[in-house]
Amino acid sequence: MWFEQVLFFIAGTGALAGALGVVMLRNPFYCVLSLVIHLIMLAVLFLLLQAAFLAAAQVVVYAGAVMVLYIFVVAYIGGEDEAVRPDDSLISSFGPLFAAAIGIELCFALIGTGLESLDTRGADVGPGFGSPGQIGSLLLRQFLVPFEAASYLLLVAAVGAVVLARRRRGLEEEPPPPPREGPPETLEVRL
Amino acid sequence: MDIVWFLVLSAFIFCIGAAGVIVRRDPLVILLCLELMLNGGNLALIAFARMHGGQAGQIFALIVMVIAACEVVIGLGIIVAMYRNRLRIDVDEMTELRG
Repeated sequence: MWFEQVLFFIAGTGALAGALGVVMLRNPFYCVLSLVIHLIMLAVLFLLLQAAFLAAAQVVVYAGAVMVLYIFVVAYIGGEDEAVRPDDSLISSFGPLFAAAIGIELCFALIGTGLESLDTRGADVGPGFGSPGQIGSLLLRQFLVPFEAASYLLLVAAVGAVVLARRRRGLEEEPPPPPREGPPETLEVRL
Repeated sequence: MDIVWFLVLSAFIFCIGAAGVIVRRDPLVILLCLELMLNGGNLALIAFARMHGGQAGQIFALIVMVIAACEVVIGLGIIVAMYRNRLRIDVDEMTELRG
């Protein structure tokens, strides 16, 4: 019992720290690394909730594949970003206020809810709850249509990304090369 | 652990993501903050699935992960297209959708 609580505390703190790191850090590369930490901590929380297959999918697909895509794009584009908007202080102060308002509202919803089983450890489940076998049989029996729709959606997204990001040759002219900013060719020497 | 603690944590993660979407300017980081919001929702879905003892919530979370992957692919494609067209990578300056 205490082991579970200690694990929840560590993983929850790590997830919150990773999330704050994504929002606060300046360099987009560090933001991506912080999100990787956040995702791995969330996978630990999924394991605590007995979602073993989802925890594995989170680590393999999210932290493994999607984040590699992000890192490629960050390395391709580069550049730094201000941590918050510098000039217009209205929106940079409005953002945290808005988030705090949502947080307070959600906490009120959790306090005032009528769901009594929120204060329990959940329903009694069998040993195979959330295992790959059970999730797979549910996906192929009860949720076959959403499963196929998700696969088509992935295909459409992949084709759309290729169309969006391909190099359009012939449609636009190559820009002239930038002027050289080296030292001038001749130097006038005065004695 | 009680289920409510997981829900409180997911609410905090969602709020941090929402604040990031508003405050940041780089579209890459805005996409990362959207991931945070989706993950907060995923955690709540899985917590409710554990509370009810049914696995449908976990299927929902899996579909949400698929949606998030699609959104990332399209968003990164748009960012790469912006970079190719030599626009500044800044959401404040992208005020019109034009090819």
